[in-house]
Amino acid sequence: MASSIQATDLDIYYGSFLAVHDVTMTIKPQTVTALIGPSGCGKSTFLRAMNRMHEVIPGARVEGKLELDGTDLYGPGIDPVTVRRQIGMVFQRPNPFPTMSIYENVAAGLRLNSTRIAKGDMDVLVERSLRAANLWEEVKDRLGKPGAGMSGGQQQRLCIARAIAVRPDVLLMDEPCSALDPISTLAIEDLINELKNEYTIVIVTHNMQQAARVSDVTGFFNIEGTGKPGKLVEMDETKRMFSQPREKATEDYVSGRFG
Amino acid sequence: MNTSTAAPKTTTSATRPIRRPGDRIFAGAAAGAGVLILVILAGVAVFLLVQAYPALVAAPEELPTPSAGGEGFVAYVWPLLFGTLLSATLALLVATPLAVCVALFISHYAPRKLSQGLGYLVDLLAAVPSIIFGLWGLAVLAPLTVPPTRWLEDNLGFIPLFAGPASAIGRTMLVAALVLAVMILPIVTAVAREVFLQTPLLHQEAALALGATRWEMVQLAVLPFGRSGIISGAMLGLGRALGETMAITIVLSVSGGVTFNLISDGNPATIAANIALEFPESTGLDVNTLIATGLVLFAVTLIVNLLARYVINRRRDFSGAN
Ligand SMILES: Nc1ncnc2c1ncn2[C@@H]1O[C@H](COP(=O)(O)OP(=O)(O)OP(=O)(O)O)[C@@H](O)[C@H]1O
Ligand SMILES: [Mg+2]
Repeated sequence: MASSIQATDLDIYYGSFLAVHDVTMTIKPQTVTALIGPSGCGKSTFLRAMNRMHEVIPGARVEGKLELDGTDLYGPGIDPVTVRRQIGMVFQRPNPFPTMSIYENVAAGLRLNSTRIAKGDMDVLVERSLRAANLWEEVKDRLGKPGAGMSGGQQQRLCIARAIAVRPDVLLMDEPCSALDPISTLAIEDLINELKNEYTIVIVTHNMQQAARVSDVTGFFNIEGTGKPGKLVEMDETKRMFSQPREKATEDYVSGRFG
Repeated sequence: MNTSTAAPKTTTSATRPIRRPGDRIFAGAAAGAGVLILVILAGVAVFLLVQAYPALVAAPEELPTPSAGGEGFVAYVWPLLFGTLLSATLALLVATPLAVCVALFISHYAPRKLSQGLGYLVDLLAAVPSIIFGLWGLAVLAPLTVPPTRWLEDNLGFIPLFAGPASAIGRTMLVAALVLAVMILPIVTAVAREVFLQTPLLHQEAALALGATRWEMVQLAVLPFGRSGIISGAMLGLGRALGETMAITIVLSVSGGVTFNLISDGNPATIAANIALEFPESTGLDVNTLIATGLVLFAVTLIVNLLARYVINRRRDFSGAN
């Protein structure tokens, strides 16, 4: 299931504004990659470029190469809809569909693209996804209740269940815990640790401890000043990034000594 | 005017907040306008009730008998009410799906420049006087419908809606309803578009990130969010269709019977059009009768508007929950 991602000389634009410049990065299958860096350095932008959610914004575009297991995701004839099925995404704010039940939320992705699934099979898939998201025990008695009626942490795990229900190859997470309390955060971090057996995970976080706890590899983005593009400064094994980074800027950032 | 330049008295300001004359004038004017509206509304209601009363209590034989019956006020108003509800409901059934499609096109499909232009166009259409729509219906639409209605009569005549005989001039209930539908299309579209544009980006992106096509995204995020907005827009349109006078008066050929036959010359009139047609030649109790039908229309529109208000309020609870 899990796939590798290779970005080569990737430039990401909002209209004429170059937001991220010249990123070359390899993401190995079945690893957790953390992206860290100061606000506005383009972490979300880069993450959204990886599953072609970037181009949803009017005028937004990408130059360079981005490959999933060797296939150019921005190549001619590649449908962004297919890309997003392969590369799932979890957002900063939990966003279950408010008018749908918990069950329907998980099933939503499975029903897309006119896929017909028998009720019995669907039950199995929904349960498996909710179990994988460590949410089954908490919601199994109220699957028909609205997803919006749960706690923030539960909603976020519901969104993870929804994302993994369609069995993507890669899971992108943009600050998935920033709206959550420490307990829910821990629950999600545990979940990430389990999910990495099956998925390639990329997570954006502002929390150094979180990056250190959950990730195998860490990439540090930085920006020289406002209006300048963000760049990938350094990327290495997480242990090494936090103990003996090669770049001065990385060391300053991870140790909290940052301008 | 001279008080505006006077220094504020600091001693009294502790107990009473200082109010500038401008504020006071504006507050007074606003309150006055509010009260005036209420007084006018109440006046209309009282006028309707008082003027309608003689017709409501009159003996059946005294009432005018445009339709076959003549057994009192209920028998008089029923075909009119039926015609009103039939034409307005048909118009709504035609206009709402179309309005939703146009609104979706403007909010989620058209390129930004085009969608802005279309938006203005729709708002402009809403301002076209109804008599223009009526003339268009009579001169353009009615002749156009003659061949298709003939075909309907020949091939689908077993359905009561198309029983015929098909009108030779096209002044049918079908055309009246279509004219009404075109008339209310802009308002319904405008309301639906506003709601669709407010769909949280969060939920639209959630759908897209799951691998939804644009249409699937609309189904997952936009339509559920806009559902109650569509309903309230439709209610507004229904209100307008119920009260429409000129377009119906011009287009519809009336004979007074209660019938679902949409393609013949013999149609029930609507309350508003009937008043417009009959009022100039009426005297005495006939006038009271017409006013009583107006009272019925007043009640029906009031109910529709209350329903719309109810739906809109329910929607407020919904968005608050998230
Ligand atoms: N929709 C947009 N349109 C135009 N510019 C944008 C848009 N979104 C982001 N940007 C710009 O792109 C740059 C990178 O933004 P991005 O959101 O990727 O930063 P980030 O690293 O995720 O920051 P944070 O840590 O605060 O989330 C910023 O300069 C931002 O102003
Ligand atoms: Mg961000």
